[in-house]
Amino acid sequence: MNAPAPLPFAWRIGGPQGSGVLRMALLFARACARGGREIYSRREYHSNIVGRHSYFDVSVAGRPLFSHRETPDLLVSFEAETVARHALAVASGGVLLHADEPGVPLSALRFLDPRLREHLSAELAAGDLPPSTDGLLELARRRGVHCLALPYGDWLARLAAGHGGRKAVAKTVNTLGVAVSAGLLDLPLEDLLWAVAQTFAGKPAVIEMNQDAARLGWEAGRADRPAGTAKLSAAKRKEGRLLLGGHEAVALGKLAAGLGLQTYYPISPASDESAFLEAHTRLPRSEGGPLVLQVEDELAAVNMAAGGALTGARCATATSGPGLSLMTEGLGWAGMNEVPLVITHYQRGGPSTGLPTRTDQGDLLFAIHAGHGEFPRLVLASGDVNDAFDDALRAFDHAERFQLPVLHLLDRALTGCLQTVPRFRPARHRIERGRLATDAVGAVPRFAFTADGISPRPLPGGPGAPFWTTGVEHGEDGRVSEDPVIREKMMEKRARKLETAARAIPVADKLAEFGDPQARLVALTWGSTTGALREALHFLPELRVIQIRLLWPFPAAELEARLPDDALLVVVENNYSGQLAELLAARTSRRAAHWVLKYSDRPISAEALLPVLEAIRDGRGEPRMVLRNPLE
Amino acid sequence: MTQTDPHANFAAPETPDWCRGCGDFGILRALEKALSGLGLRPQEVVVFGGIGCSGKTPYYLAANGIHTLHGRVLPFATGAKLANPALTVIAAGGDGDGLSIGAGHFVNAGRRNLDLTYLFYNNEVYGLTKGQAAPTLPEGAQTRGMAAPNPQRALDPIALALDAGYTWIGRGYAYAVGELSELISRAIRHPGLAFLEILQPCPHYHPDHDKAWFTQRLYTPVDHDPLLTTNDPARREALHAAVQRLAGQRDERIPVGVFLEDRVTPPFTTALRRQQPAWPEKAPATTPVANGEGQPLARIDALLDRFAV
Repeated sequence: MNAPAPLPFAWRIGGPQGSGVLRMALLFARACARGGREIYSRREYHSNIVGRHSYFDVSVAGRPLFSHRETPDLLVSFEAETVARHALAVASGGVLLHADEPGVPLSALRFLDPRLREHLSAELAAGDLPPSTDGLLELARRRGVHCLALPYGDWLARLAAGHGGRKAVAKTVNTLGVAVSAGLLDLPLEDLLWAVAQTFAGKPAVIEMNQDAARLGWEAGRADRPAGTAKLSAAKRKEGRLLLGGHEAVALGKLAAGLGLQTYYPISPASDESAFLEAHTRLPRSEGGPLVLQVEDELAAVNMAAGGALTGARCATATSGPGLSLMTEGLGWAGMNEVPLVITHYQRGGPSTGLPTRTDQGDLLFAIHAGHGEFPRLVLASGDVNDAFDDALRAFDHAERFQLPVLHLLDRALTGCLQTVPRFRPARHRIERGRLATDAVGAVPRFAFTADGISPRPLPGGPGAPFWTTGVEHGEDGRVSEDPVIREKMMEKRARKLETAARAIPVADKLAEFGDPQARLVALTWGSTTGALREALHFLPELRVIQIRLLWPFPAAELEARLPDDALLVVVENNYSGQLAELLAARTSRRAAHWVLKYSDRPISAEALLPVLEAIRDGRGEPRMVLRNPLE
Repeated sequence: MTQTDPHANFAAPETPDWCRGCGDFGILRALEKALSGLGLRPQEVVVFGGIGCSGKTPYYLAANGIHTLHGRVLPFATGAKLANPALTVIAAGGDGDGLSIGAGHFVNAGRRNLDLTYLFYNNEVYGLTKGQAAPTLPEGAQTRGMAAPNPQRALDPIALALDAGYTWIGRGYAYAVGELSELISRAIRHPGLAFLEILQPCPHYHPDHDKAWFTQRLYTPVDHDPLLTTNDPARREALHAAVQRLAGQRDERIPVGVFLEDRVTPPFTTALRRQQPAWPEKAPATTPVANGEGQPLARIDALLDRFAV
């Protein structure tokens, strides 16, 4: 057996929302990626505009990454709440950067959750330490964490001289912190400066100021390097890569697919995708760009997209949580009227308002069953940023080929992440528009009975005769019919499309396999939790991972054929009830022996998964195992 | 299709299943006549129906007919018009469809001066569900299907359309087919969002308001000038006040005709072109997305470069 891969380096930055945490994480990730390294990051934030705590984990390694770590090797902080929330999470032997300021009692931190304050106070009391950030730093030191106090104030005073005063340079404190960490890690200065220029592109004075801050911080970090600190020294540049998040990949996939109209109602976290599309509809395009319209509610969003799709445009909407609940009416209409409609659904914590900015995989069975009555739909789920692009692009082909609504599921973890991926190659894709009857002259019955269930699709404004559609049950010509025989035939016709889709979609698009195909320990998953399992493979070679990418129609036969009789099945999901496990039991003859679940609405990491998988491998696993981390 | 019958282009062979004496028959005839008179090709007309008796209108027309969901007729129609602006798009829905379950869409459509025609059938009752009060039924009124007088006040669709921003507003009567057809034509020709309230009898559930009831009350105000051709705020204010007065007359005297024809407010096209200069020339529905080999035509290279590391 080969030696296990080294752990990815884990970097964390925290701060109040609105203070630039996201931008600084992007800055650090860019600098590392520029140096040829691979990145995966996770983002945590509150449903709040300004003031509540947010943090970002950036994992860095020489191999592709798909998962974050829960124990950072290096923490960058600027204020007391970040120290309070994360000091106990920093790995032993790691580094904690904090402002050189007096300690703060935990009781003075107004946004620290009472439960966490009690947890931290108990830890401190056990170590005979005061309930303050000073106590937490001391506790970290006892675990071998190097706590470095940074004189941000002095540095800002130095920078102020050349850049218009203290107020003007105040925000460069972020860059200073990031730069110190870069210096400590021996990250090449030129990569850091490049990342600064990228991050503040278009603002030359801001770039110059932040590059000065970067140099200052970087030098200080180099000088202060504790012995044994990990190194991210110069590595070989890799060309042709992108650094982006899931919602950006989806937007790019939609643009490549020829998106004509996207309608949406603002909701976290789905709006990030529509905001990106809105910002980029004007880019140079050979054949026009999409319209993106914010509308009055999700009812309007889904039905406007359906109205557009009826005319032949590629139309989509994007939503989260309660938005999909409102869209179920329109989803059913699209199913009944065989309208190619793409709904991108970014899962967040539910039910009700739930946890709007936290991740969850609790909408799988809902997506499969949403809507009254029975009608075919496709449900896809992306496991990483690569999948997000591919699935967004293919969703339109599926929708048009099989003339049905396609639900593309992502989860919040994937939406707010950053991942390095090979540059997307849309030119390799072949768009399929299905059975369009645009040149037909005369009457084309919209719902003609066919062997595969798919009818030629007329569009208004073409040379053919007008056509009718209705959400009422109808005959081939789209005229209302309550005839029992017509009803049976129409139900059968619509259902046949799902069988056609199941036959036509390649198995590689239905499930992805990773690891040793002979391994007896088989983990099944879907969505972004796939990443934690792929990362776990590096440390647990006796593991095999199967990611279900097409959740409906469920690829039961293909999955069963890949599972040896003695396979020990583990299902890993970010939800409470094990929805994939339920689906497996309902659609196949197999049952999962172990359900590994997490429903704090924080993402699953390889780090947390490994001891659980090892226990299962060694026969020490429980049927239901819940992953918990009180410090996330 | 014959040349002798001006309705033939748009008359579908199917027999309507509306009740005898229903106002919907008159509206259907007027719509057929208007569409034929405008010289439109049936293929280029899309009629969206809501839910209820009025929502069945597209069944009985030989134009593209899309029967949608209760209250959602405007979003469907909006999506189609955005995706293919070359189409003539008409939305037909009832009082409950537009002002109860679809009220959010009714109001918000007014924020977009998109070139749609909204035919609002007002008979003050829900027919298909057996006679409940519509949101246009006055407080205290009790129609045949109701167990008690209406405890809720009525909404005025014209006043609401005016406040919401509809740029063409009119009222017609279902059995004045000639006049109604002319109103529908003008509404369709209006290059923005047109709202036409159509008063109609429901002989089954609201028999008090029969043809005689209407004919005694309807009149066309001769001194009302609906045209707004100037940005003068005083003129706009005076015209809005006049429309409000006409809207409120629903008892002894009921005015019909064109109440507002605003030629000043820019069409939604202007705002959309700021976002997407290629629209509507390169409309989503008619712009190819792939070349002959199926390769995507969209150029995303410059966008990808922004994420390059």
